[in-house]
Amino acid sequence: MSAHTIVSLLDQSTAKIPKDNYITRENGLLSWLLTSDHKRIAILYLISLSFFFFIGGALAGLIRLELLTPQTDLMATDTYNKVFTMHGVIMVFFFLVPSVPATLGNFLIPMMIGAKDLALPKVNLLSWYLYMAGGLLALYTMMVGGVDTGWTFTTPLSTHYVNTNVLTTGLAVFVAGFSSILTGLNFIVTIHKMRAPGMTWFRLPLFIWAHYAASILMVLATPVVAIAIVLVMLERTFGIGVFDPAKGGDPLLFQHLFWFYSHPAVYIMILPGMGVISEVISTFSRKRIFGYTAVAFSSVAIAVFGFFVWAHHMFIMGISNYAVLVFSLLTMLVAVPSAIKIFNWTFTLYKGSITFETPLLYAFGFMGLFTIGGMTGVFLGSSGTDIHLTETYFIVAHFHFVMVGGMLMAFLAGIHFWWPKITGRMYPEKLSQLAAVVTFIGFNFTFFPQFILGTLGMPRRYASYPPEFQILNVFSTAGATILGVGYLLPVLYLVWSLKYGAIAGNNPWQATGLEWQTQSPPLTENFAVMPIMDHEAYDYAWLEGQQQKDEQQHRQLHERQKETEVTSAG
Amino acid sequence: MSGQIEHAHTIVGPRVYMAILFALLLGTALTVWASYVDLGFWNPIIALAIATTKATLVVLFFMHVKYSTKLTKLTVCAGIFTFLILISLTLADYISRAWGSW
Amino acid sequence: MPDSPAIAHEADNSANGANTANTEHPPYLRHHFNSTEQQADASNFAMWLFLLTEVMFFGGLFTAYLVYRNWYYPAFVSGSHQLNVVWGATNTLVLIFSSFTMAMAVWCAETSRRRGLVLCLTFTFILGLGFLGIKSIEYSEKIEKHHVPGLHYSLSSFLDPAHDAAARAAGDKPLPLDMARKTEVYFSLYFLMTGIHALHMIIGIGILGFMIFRARAGAYTAGHVTFVENFGLYWHFIDIIWIYLFALLYLISRH
Repeated sequence: MSAHTIVSLLDQSTAKIPKDNYITRENGLLSWLLTSDHKRIAILYLISLSFFFFIGGALAGLIRLELLTPQTDLMATDTYNKVFTMHGVIMVFFFLVPSVPATLGNFLIPMMIGAKDLALPKVNLLSWYLYMAGGLLALYTMMVGGVDTGWTFTTPLSTHYVNTNVLTTGLAVFVAGFSSILTGLNFIVTIHKMRAPGMTWFRLPLFIWAHYAASILMVLATPVVAIAIVLVMLERTFGIGVFDPAKGGDPLLFQHLFWFYSHPAVYIMILPGMGVISEVISTFSRKRIFGYTAVAFSSVAIAVFGFFVWAHHMFIMGISNYAVLVFSLLTMLVAVPSAIKIFNWTFTLYKGSITFETPLLYAFGFMGLFTIGGMTGVFLGSSGTDIHLTETYFIVAHFHFVMVGGMLMAFLAGIHFWWPKITGRMYPEKLSQLAAVVTFIGFNFTFFPQFILGTLGMPRRYASYPPEFQILNVFSTAGATILGVGYLLPVLYLVWSLKYGAIAGNNPWQATGLEWQTQSPPLTENFAVMPIMDHEAYDYAWLEGQQQKDEQQHRQLHERQKETEVTSAG
Repeated sequence: MSGQIEHAHTIVGPRVYMAILFALLLGTALTVWASYVDLGFWNPIIALAIATTKATLVVLFFMHVKYSTKLTKLTVCAGIFTFLILISLTLADYISRAWGSW
Repeated sequence: MPDSPAIAHEADNSANGANTANTEHPPYLRHHFNSTEQQADASNFAMWLFLLTEVMFFGGLFTAYLVYRNWYYPAFVSGSHQLNVVWGATNTLVLIFSSFTMAMAVWCAETSRRRGLVLCLTFTFILGLGFLGIKSIEYSEKIEKHHVPGLHYSLSSFLDPAHDAAARAAGDKPLPLDMARKTEVYFSLYFLMTGIHALHMIIGIGILGFMIFRARAGAYTAGHVTFVENFGLYWHFIDIIWIYLFALLYLISRH
């Protein structure tokens, strides 16, 4: 079999979903709700994450509807403030932060390293329950009037000047933070302590390196936002004065503590997506990732440097000029490891045997849109330009490019790529390629105009705007409608594929990871016999060798069967 | 089930613990005494130095880090490092505010 | 067939590093681990990672403390003089002794000394309660003197130190009104930091109670010492936090 194989589903005529797998092993709702199987927990997360994503998306729809016209005519200004706040809170804390780690990370990390489960399976389940508790509390908050401080809870607005549900939202985020901490902790222990024999650090898939780096951030950064939220809640309730200038407090202290987490948080959000992109690009160009070591170390570098730059969110807030200088300089540095990844992925594609399945389409979208988003981040990291662009739609466009154009596309790439492994079924390729293209077009129509709006001066978090900005806003809303269709399609056809999708078999993509060398869907214990890793990561030559051996065995078996038929007949 | 120990690692004995206890008690007495002596700007530095020494003894001996793997030692350092980044960069902002505009 | 022949499989258990001489499968060995070593190692590492999160959680409070001590030093000095060094130092000694007894408890578990373990855990428990007792004496004193922010906070000790025993003993001068108001910041941080610390102590004491109960049944002296070891790490960590709280809150310039 040549290395230039287009996806061919081997054994299509005889492929069957294996009778014993993690889905069929046990039945009943409680077997899912009380499971300690990392794969089932991943499915629980996938369902709940999708639910919260659509709520956040609906809120985005409301925002874009209001912004169709320059006046505040669809909803009251206060309501608008609540809508964009809840949109931010739900999307950041209940979708983006857990998205890839809690679904794909949970499902795949033990399989990729050759382990039976994560190190702490019950803690994993607790993670999901904490996530659900936080999420339901956030929903409750929405129903009893929401909160309007912006997802950043800036003080003293959030502590003194609003009478909305800061406490319940704060508690929801606090609880979700714990969920995140426990997930990260679990991943770090698992990756260190449960790798199969022969699975050295530099034989690990880059997906693992990316999750390892993100997990370090989850463990070290999240507690700081936890204490920041606790202080806000205490300030609101008891008036302790820690952020109140009248009592000698400094509102900026909250921002220091908040952004100390929230900047690393953006790397928590993007790193796992970058891990997905590495896997997808390697598989669909049939090549080892160019500069494996550089990409691995760049993940860790992003995590480490990510801790040094948080005050670039505070350039205009009153920090000292010297702090502005230092943080601006450090921010320039943090862009370098991300750029290294983009270069290495590009060099991987160069002279690769590329096929354009849906995961790769999403990966291309990621590379282009994340590059734009990342570069605009450099504009914002430079304090001179930031003073002009901050608090405008330029910022909104920047983070939507990296988070939606980047992270969400990576998430979709990953869901499509591993869908056959998770469910044993293929999604419909043509329809999904269409959805990917629709998403890409919709995304650009929605968010590119916002860069222009930002440079023209349209402020963010405003329900009304000067009439000369209307045309670009209408473009943006139109794009959002297309984007919505692009996101709805996968839900529909993925659910459809559960019953009617083609059977996938072990390794429909001819990929090299350990997770692809076993059945789809996998056994509850992942592997029938624990594997030994005896080859490098992304070793396509090894895979070819194994497949030749596999074919040889099948041929021999077939011949022996024929012989026994002949002899028994004769 | 017989008492097989789960992992062969150094079992730290009472003698070490007693020595550390003594050192910690001494450190406490020392730090209280030092706070009553006027050493100018050295006072907080000495208080923190003694506290850090005591903390180090607890970490190394009571928490067995001295006898632990490199990974454990690295983990402890990572935590301390991140904490130091938090306070130093935040304080750098506050202290440099007093320097005025350039 | 479930797995492709593409991955090499171990021929026997020894390849995965498990101790094949140990053919018993202890009931406490969870099925996703290959050996008790791996399990103990993993849970120990997990505990350390959890302690890192605690370091960063308290770290936020220490940051707030350092910022405001830098801004309002005279208020912090006067506020600190209102704390009783004897109680504070006693509590420090209590916690240090409790760390010692906890370390001894781990040694007893490791050397299968069931009675010794129960004794040491009980001492740790009692010392922990002692700490909380002293803390509540201190807190009630602060409530009496109206030094609790938000609860009829009184500035009189700072505006007129001559009529306050603790301030007089420390030789405090009257603070200007502006700075006197900032003592409320000091006490906010005092109650926040010692309060959250005390909350961790209460949780620890609760777990200790559970452990004493289980230790008496021999749960930790049959080879499975991880729970005691890991709890010990938590307890020592709380001790370390207090070591810093004592130095930072009680000993600001007592000369």
